[in-house]
Parts: sequence; structure tokens; C-alpha cells
Amino acid sequence: MPRSNTFSKLGAPLLASFARSGSLRRKLAQTLLLCAAVIALVGAGDPASRFNEIGHQMMCICGCNQILLECNHVGCPASDGMRNELMTAVSRGDSDSLVEQSFVQKYGPTVLAAPTAKGFDRAAYIVPFAALFFGFSLIVLVIRAWKNRPAPALADGLHPVAGAELEQFRDQARKETDL
Amino acid sequence: MAVLGSFALLLALALSVYTFLAGIIALIEGAGSERIGETARRAGIATFGAVLLASVILVICAFHDDFSIAYIFHHSNRDLPGPYKFAVLWSGQEGSLLFWSLLLAAYGFVLRLRYKTDPRLFAYASVVLAGVQIFFLLLLNFAANPFGILEGPLRPDGSGLNPLLQYPEMVIHPPMLYLGYVGFTVPFAFALGALIMKYPGEKWIHITRRWTMVTWAFLTCGVFLGAHWAYSVLGWGGYWGWDPVENASLMPWLTGTAFLHSVMMQEKRGMLKMWNMWLVFATFWLAILGTFLTRSGIIASVHAFAQSSIGDWFAWFLCITLAVFLFFFFTNKSSLRSEHKLESLISRESSFLFNNLLFVLLCFTVLWGTWFPKISELVQGNKVTVGGPFYNRVAIPVALLLLILTAVGPLLAWRKTSLESLKRNFLWPTIGAIAVALFLIITPQSWGSPFGLRPWQDISYFYSLMAIALAVLVILTVASEFYRGGRVISKHTGQGMFASMVQLTHRNTRRYGGYIVHFGVVVVIIGFAGAAFNQDKEMEMANGDKMSIGPYSLICRSYTEDDNPNFASQWAILDIYKGGKQIGTMTPVRRFYKASQQTSTMPDIRSGLNEDLYLVFEGLNQDNGHPIIKAHLNALVMWIWMGVWIMLIGTVLALVPNAPAPVRVPAPARLETAPVTGD
Repeated sequence: MPRSNTFSKLGAPLLASFARSGSLRRKLAQTLLLCAAVIALVGAGDPASRFNEIGHQMMCICGCNQILLECNHVGCPASDGMRNELMTAVSRGDSDSLVEQSFVQKYGPTVLAAPTAKGFDRAAYIVPFAALFFGFSLIVLVIRAWKNRPAPALADGLHPVAGAELEQFRDQARKETDL
Repeated sequence: MAVLGSFALLLALALSVYTFLAGIIALIEGAGSERIGETARRAGIATFGAVLLASVILVICAFHDDFSIAYIFHHSNRDLPGPYKFAVLWSGQEGSLLFWSLLLAAYGFVLRLRYKTDPRLFAYASVVLAGVQIFFLLLLNFAANPFGILEGPLRPDGSGLNPLLQYPEMVIHPPMLYLGYVGFTVPFAFALGALIMKYPGEKWIHITRRWTMVTWAFLTCGVFLGAHWAYSVLGWGGYWGWDPVENASLMPWLTGTAFLHSVMMQEKRGMLKMWNMWLVFATFWLAILGTFLTRSGIIASVHAFAQSSIGDWFAWFLCITLAVFLFFFFTNKSSLRSEHKLESLISRESSFLFNNLLFVLLCFTVLWGTWFPKISELVQGNKVTVGGPFYNRVAIPVALLLLILTAVGPLLAWRKTSLESLKRNFLWPTIGAIAVALFLIITPQSWGSPFGLRPWQDISYFYSLMAIALAVLVILTVASEFYRGGRVISKHTGQGMFASMVQLTHRNTRRYGGYIVHFGVVVVIIGFAGAAFNQDKEMEMANGDKMSIGPYSLICRSYTEDDNPNFASQWAILDIYKGGKQIGTMTPVRRFYKASQQTSTMPDIRSGLNEDLYLVFEGLNQDNGHPIIKAHLNALVMWIWMGVWIMLIGTVLALVPNAPAPVRVPAPARLETAPVTGD
């Protein structure tokens, strides 16, 4: 499976460098490498499960806007033929990417149920996670800025509670509420 | 009747325009213009009467089979059952716009009756509502008139209602959804009003809190009723297909949920005022954007109404509302400064910030995914499909982060939380969640879903395991909150634990109602996690043929047909066995609707706590006449519907006023009494 292979390619050097810095880390790295290998091997599934997996990554092209294996129209002009093609390709031992390529060539890029991780399509995946990273950083910056902001002034004769005195009040509140 | 209906719509438009203009004049002139303001308020109330009249006329025309009206001809027929004739009001484009306008007028009616709470703020909100109302009434009068006359000779019968809409839930799903969509106009109207008048304090938040919660409950109900309808009618075995129309309902729900959380920051700490203003605007705007998406034909959807010119109207309306909001925001944002500062990263405030980030990010992801085919077409010249697999890859990790915050957030203190307190609150729930995860991993798969979960076998199993473990974490933290609060009350009052927890809830219904909503959400998440275990099988079944799926065996006993004036139906009759014992008979149906000449499936679903057996009669093999049956085994689906009920119960509870806190009267100091000297 491409997903698993990518994981192994990215994961192996990272884990190897991690492993150089101590025995505990070495053991951890070995365990993780083993896990990565197991995940990579999971890709070599039987034809039925591969058919099921790839079939759920493709769309029926009859216009019903449904996943290929979920299209439930009897007499659908497209889905039966597409399923047969998929089964033939999987039984022949074609790789996932080869099957996808042949379907894209025949039916166009809309046959894939999700954008690929190539070219501009990659933006579909990058943008939400970039937004997450940006939003997370922004919040941390906002919190820092707020922390450094001076406390609002209190009425004459009062001073803000802070430090040990604040902790004392917190303890008192905890005891009184038993929480 | 059609003339009367059209007149009612024109009258409603005139009244709305008057409400809007007279309302503005009264607000600008201020003191001395109370009479004009009062006439504006009354005209707003009368608008409801006029729109109600138009709606009643349309329903009467549907019941009287008045096929001279094009809308009735296209969405009804003589043999359509009564409830569906009533539902004709929202079954097509023109009718649903009229229904939208009716709900908006109804909300405005209630708002204008309750104006004494704060006459000036209500007057501003009334003007904003009237502005939105004018847009819908302009549409109804000039672009999508439901009383348009059918061209050509009068037809003896209508072309019927879409078969997919002839299902009991479709009578209540659209009203619920629209109550949610339209309802968010009210908090938006108050927010914009408060912004324009630089309203001091948080009163507008207090006034709209219940509106927002009720609206959110309606939207939640509408979204999940839609999911249940899809599950029960569409026959593909799922409940959510990430179709643009479904996405359109999800986006305002996500921002509305974020608003419900962040509004607490404003109420309690006077913070996030600008952010809340944006959130409430975004929620309103996304509801309109969703309508634009589904009616303009700009995004392909199986649910979408036919492409029409009203998309342009919506696009203009979106631009105008955005411009108006931006103008007042940048003019008056000085009134939205925070009153307090944030003191620590580990605090309730920061958890709300991250909660909002994730909700808004989920909304952005859905919006991005919905628009990406169009963006791709513009950039690289060819369209791509953005379906379920995309959302599963992008939205699930974000949703899991949100689940962690659902567990952590409520237990953090306002201002600052110590690490010791974190440890004390989370140790046992975390141990419990890890124990459940390990138990699910080591149990044999033969126990059925969700047992025997091997996260290394498939990424979907990994996500399922994480979702269930985090759901357990949330449940345990919620339970610990109830327990610790109940224990304090029990200690002080001597009541039993259960009575103490009830009292605790009654003293702060919003907080503990909110916890129950969280509990409902995680029950729904557990239901979603079950999707990793779904199986399906398709088979052509002659009488006596057997199909096995999971622990079930299906034996085809017979095939039969039926007929009534509205539709002809074909039934497959299947005996269901589990563990060698017959547990029932199921009858999936396929219907042919005569008026519309369309076919529809009605799956038969046998629901259980751990799985649903879902049978679809896909039709007959044309060569040998054997029924084709598709069987789905869908894990944990019932948890989704149970979770929604819990969420609604929690919301209702949160709407109940708090019980008054016990008043502690300090004991009077002992009086020094003078020695009594008797006679």
C-alpha cells in the first residue's frame, strides 16, 4: 500500500537518528521500527480486502455522487462494469497505484474519491493542517501577549492578589468546597 | 387563491420595508420618535401575519390539488398522503423559501412582543431582522414566487413529490433544520445591534443565550434527522456522505457550537468580545452560504435544488451582509475590548481558545473540502472529487484533538490551574481510558465489534480505538465532576448521593446540562467509531437461498408485490437466523411511485446496541426474476441516535432556570443578657 510504504520511508531515517542517543531510546526506536514494518506489511492484503479498500477510494461515475462500492442503483450504467474492472485488476495483481492510474485514464480524475497527494491536489491536505499550525501558534502568541499585559487597575486602597497570597486563597477555597 | 397568496407576499414585503425604514428613522432621531418606532414594531408583527397567510394559502392549495399553481403541480399529486401534502410547503425551492421567510417572521414576532426587556437594543435587532426578511420577500415576490401559474392547459394530476421525500422524517427534518438556520439570525441581529449602538456590558449575550441554545438544539436535531433519513431511506447503508448539502448544514453547527463555548468567556470574564462577534456573524453567514451553495448549482450535489438564478441573489446578499458587518465592526470595534487578561496556558480560558480553534478549523476543513473541486478547476483546469476519504484523513485527527479538549477543558479552573490539580482530576479517568483501550485490544475478535480491535491492522481501527478511549476519558471526567460535586452537597445536607447530584445539577443547570451534552457527544462519537467494523455483502437470492454476514444467516423465503394509488411495491421476505436460531423476518421494499415515475428503496433495519442488520432490496434480476439483496452489518449505529437524544436532554436541562442557592444566614452573636432579677 502506498500509505504504508511512505510511512516506512519517512519513519526509518527519523527513528534511526533517534536511536543513536541512548539505550532506552534505542529500544523505543526498535519497537517503533517493528511497528512500522508490521504496518507496512499490512498493505499486502488478500484480493478481497484490496478490492474493498480500493473500491471505497473511488466514485461511481453515473452521477449519483456515491462511493463505487456504495452505489446502490440496480441497472446503474456504470458501477457494475467498474466493479468488474476493479476485481479483474486486483486479481491480476496490479498495484494500487496502477489500478488508480488506469481508472483515472479511463474515467478522468473525478473517479478518485479524494484528491491525490500530487501537484496542486496536495494543497487540499496541506492547507487545513497549515491552518491548524497557524491557529495554534497564534493562540500561544495571544496568550503570551495577554500574560504580559498589565493587570487592570483596582479601586483605591485595593491591591491585586498574587503569588503566595493567591495560593493561600486557592487552598482555602479548595478546603471549603472539598473539591 | 393564487392571487390572494401573491397579494399576501407583496403586503409582507411592504410591511417589512416599512419596519426597516421606520425603525432606522426612529433609531436615528432618538428621543421624540417613539411613535414611529412603535409603528415599525407593529408593522414587523403584522409581517408575520401576512407571511403566515401566504403559507396557509399554499398548504390549502396543496390539499385542494390546485394544479394551476406550478409549484403544487411539480411537488404534489392527488394520491399523495395528507402529511406529505402539508410537507409540500418545504419540499421545493419556492415553498422552502416561503417557509424560511415564515420562520424568520415568527422569530421576529416573538422578538418584537418581548421588546420591553430592552426597547432600544430590541429596536436595533428588529431592524436587522427586517433587513434579512426584506431579502427573502424580494426573492419570493420577484424571483421564486410559489404562487406562479402553470403555463399551458390545466393538468388533471400533479407530477408528484420526490419519492425520497415521502418518508415520515422528511415531514420534520426540514422544519428542524430551518428553525436552526433561521434561528441564528436572532443572535446575529442582537450582536449587530449591540455593535452598532456600542452597547455596554454583556446584556445582549444574556438576552440571546436561550435563543442560541434553542436554535442550536434545533440545528442539531435537523442535522441528525437528516442523517437518520439518509440512513433509513437512501439505501446505501450509511448516514453521512459528505455531500455539499450535508456540509452546508454542518458548517453553521460547528461555528454555532464554538460560539456557545466562547460566549462563556465573555459572560464570565469579559473576554473574546471581538471573536464572539465574528463567530455569531460567521454562523449566520454560513447558513446563508449553505443555501447559496445548494441553490446556485455552483457545487454539484445529489441533494441540490435545480440550478436557478436565485444563486445570484444569494451571492449579492452575502456580499452586502459581509460589507455591512465589516463596516460596523471596524467603525465600532473599540467598544469590544477585553476586560481581563489571560493568565495561564493551563486554564479554562485557554481551553476555550483551543476549543474554538478546533471547531473553526473543522468548519474551515469542511468549507475547504466543499469548495476544493471548484478551486482545483480554476487552478489546474480539471475538477477533482472531494469525498469521504478526504474528510476521514483530515477531519478525524482534528476531531480527536477536540475530544481530548472535551475531557480536559471542563476540569480546568478559570484563570489558572495547578499541575497538582490536573493530576488529581485526571489520574483515574486516564487510567480508566487506558484500561478500556487495552481491554478492547486483547479481547478476541469473535466477541463482535468493537472487541478485538487491533489498531496496527488498519488506520481506521487505530482511529476507532482512539475515539473510544477518549470517549471513555470524557465520560469518566464528566462522571467525576458529578460525583465530586454531589459528594460535597451530600456531606453538607446529609442527602443520598443521587439526590445530591440532582440538586447539584439543578443549582447550575447550564454547567451540568452542558456536561450531559458532552456525554451525548461522546456517545455519538462511539457510534461513529463503529464505522470501522462495517461489512456488506450482495447476493442474488432465489427462494431458499442463504447468505451469511457476521453472526447472521439470511434465508430468502419469498418475494411478493403490492399496489396502492400512490405507489407499487415489491417485497423480499427473508428469515433471519443468529446462532442457528430464527430471530425474526425482514422485508426490504422497493417502490415505484406512479405520479413521478421514480423508484425508491426502503431498507429494512434490525437495530441492536452493538450492530444493525440493514437489508436493501435492490431489485430483480431481469433474466431470472430473482431478488437482489444487499446486506450491511453496521456497527454501533444505534449509539449515534441515542447520543443525539442525550444531547437534546442536556440542552433542555441547560435551559431550565437554576434553583436558588441556599441562603446562609450568619448566626447572630450571643447577646450578653443581664441577670434577671425577680421580685
